[in-house]
Amino acid sequence: MARMSMVEAINSALDVMMAKDDRVVVMGEDVGVDGGVFRATVNLIDKYGDQRVIDTPLAESCIVGTAVGMAIYGMRPVAEIQFEGFMFKAYDHIYSHASRIRRRSYGYFGVPLVVRAPYGAGVRALEHHSDAPEALFCHIPGLKVVIPSTPSDAKGLLISAIEDPDTVIYLEPKRLYRLFKEEVPEEDYRVPIGQARLVREGRDLTIVAYGGMVQISEKAAQHVADEGVDVEVIDLRTVWPFDLEAIIKSVTKTGRLVIVHEAPRSFGVGAEISALVAERCLVSLLAPIKRVTGYDVLPPLAKLEDYNYPDPDRVVRAIHETMEF
Amino acid sequence: MSEMISVLKLDGTVDEEKIKAIPEDLIHKMYRLMVFTRQWNAKALSLQRQGRMGTLASVRGQEASNIGMGLALEPTDWFCPSFRETGAQIARGTSPKDLYLYFAGDSRGLRPPEGSRDLPICITVGSHLAHAAGIAWGAKIRGEKIAVLSSSGDGSTSQGDFHESLNFAGVFKLPVVFAIQNNHWAISVPFEKQTATKTISEKACAYGFDGVRVDGNDVFAVYLTIKDRLNIARSEFKPALVELVTYRMDDHTTADDASRYRTEEMLAPWREKDPIDRLRKYLTAKFGWDEKKETAFLEEISAEVEQTVRDFEAEPHPKPTDIFEHLYHDMPWHLKEQREEVARHQGEAAR
Repeated sequence: MARMSMVEAINSALDVMMAKDDRVVVMGEDVGVDGGVFRATVNLIDKYGDQRVIDTPLAESCIVGTAVGMAIYGMRPVAEIQFEGFMFKAYDHIYSHASRIRRRSYGYFGVPLVVRAPYGAGVRALEHHSDAPEALFCHIPGLKVVIPSTPSDAKGLLISAIEDPDTVIYLEPKRLYRLFKEEVPEEDYRVPIGQARLVREGRDLTIVAYGGMVQISEKAAQHVADEGVDVEVIDLRTVWPFDLEAIIKSVTKTGRLVIVHEAPRSFGVGAEISALVAERCLVSLLAPIKRVTGYDVLPPLAKLEDYNYPDPDRVVRAIHETMEF
Repeated sequence: MSEMISVLKLDGTVDEEKIKAIPEDLIHKMYRLMVFTRQWNAKALSLQRQGRMGTLASVRGQEASNIGMGLALEPTDWFCPSFRETGAQIARGTSPKDLYLYFAGDSRGLRPPEGSRDLPICITVGSHLAHAAGIAWGAKIRGEKIAVLSSSGDGSTSQGDFHESLNFAGVFKLPVVFAIQNNHWAISVPFEKQTATKTISEKACAYGFDGVRVDGNDVFAVYLTIKDRLNIARSEFKPALVELVTYRMDDHTTADDASRYRTEEMLAPWREKDPIDRLRKYLTAKFGWDEKKETAFLEEISAEVEQTVRDFEAEPHPKPTDIFEHLYHDMPWHLKEQREEVARHQGEAAR
């Protein structure tokens, strides 16, 4: 075990997988000599060479497009898009090809590709550097979408994503990159895709969150615990296809649900969770489902960022409203 | 502007020295595949008009480009087609029956034969050039001595993916050949509205590798040039851009009406350049091919195509639950549930 931040854990996952499997290549803008703008790929080029740690030309579409080709050929590419807001140049290759080649070849070819990108707000960045586009990927048949919330999950989930036979969109909450450290195994280990984590057990209300919202939800849960409200917090980890069983089990027990995500509310992941809970366990509900999310706005620039980014206060308010219903 | 490489003249004459690398049986194979492709294609158009086939992009007029490309590849090479490469796909071993199945709307026709290194048909224009570069890149990293051939139309050269893919291929010296079938039309937009350059091949200078221009209705020139460029790509890691100058003789697809934008005067000169007529003239002069042989041959091909139609139409309708297959390696819970829903509504036979 070693104490690692999330970005160090991601680096460790790439290192472990590159050492273990020479089909794994890392490619993207500035991932080589510079080690990535967040240093997620630092030192990899010294260990594995510029054939496998590749500084590409500045062209997101072709980074993912060629990675799709590599994956079809039999490699295990990990393509980095420098910021989530630049993924749309590559969206065509993700939407039209990475997710479809398996079906298009009727099961003959697969695209075992990981597209990594720093994700989300909370770091006072420029436009296109604070977006939360996960729902746009969840809506694509054939894809998996993963967003870790801790360093150890980040490593275990990334290893699972690299080993996955299908394309995984792996979004890294950039606010968490260096926010805290924890003990992370140095060797390879897996956190299975599709399995949520029970962060905190509780009787009264369920919070479903992921990425940067998990810690914020925990804080809110801690706050209301002093008032005698016992909140259960579930970290989805895999945003799609998510662990519905864990959600239903929890909501059936607590009868109350608050969903927290930083992405815009309408048509978001929270909407899908709400619909499924309504379909599966409506009669268990003691209060309407609440969503604490980013508003349906463009991610605000620095001065107004905090008004959009959910914080523990907003989550506490939602808990109160749900409990008082 | 580069000269156009041409070997087989309009009257069927050829400088034998230039084609000494093409054995006689291969010439017969070229002719057979070109004629088969034309008949397969004509039959598909006819079936479409009868409602027995879906939308299809006719390959008529481009048989030399198709067959030249298909035969120039080594079995271990990879081929990345767009949607007007049905002849090349057949030459590479894709089953003509599967292609019928696919164009009639059955996904099962998309599965390549075991061991195939051909990507399925790519309908979005130009994107598969990046996949071709990626496959070539993977092979280079893994040290496998192969080359990759992509084929797309003149319209694809306006896409960002064309620029990005050729740029990557040049920067990383990838063993890939980008063939462009310049058939002069992207649906209704003529070549001169697609680009301000006189040729497509000259665009290669922006990427640091060779561009060559070939008479795309001359199967010998196509075959020899593509083969040569694949060899260079394979052994020297030099990519190439190869422009095959040809002409789309039919509508864009069965859903198009080319008479809205194209006149008979535009087509006439290209009728004179028909790739199959040209090769037949050569066969006649060189190997004594005559009308009797031709008639028997056409009947044989026609019988083969008719058999292909019977075979594909004999395939049972796909099961409704088939729509959930092959989206993921392992089917996730939500698709399993939806599959059950279909099976419940449609009855167990749907499964």
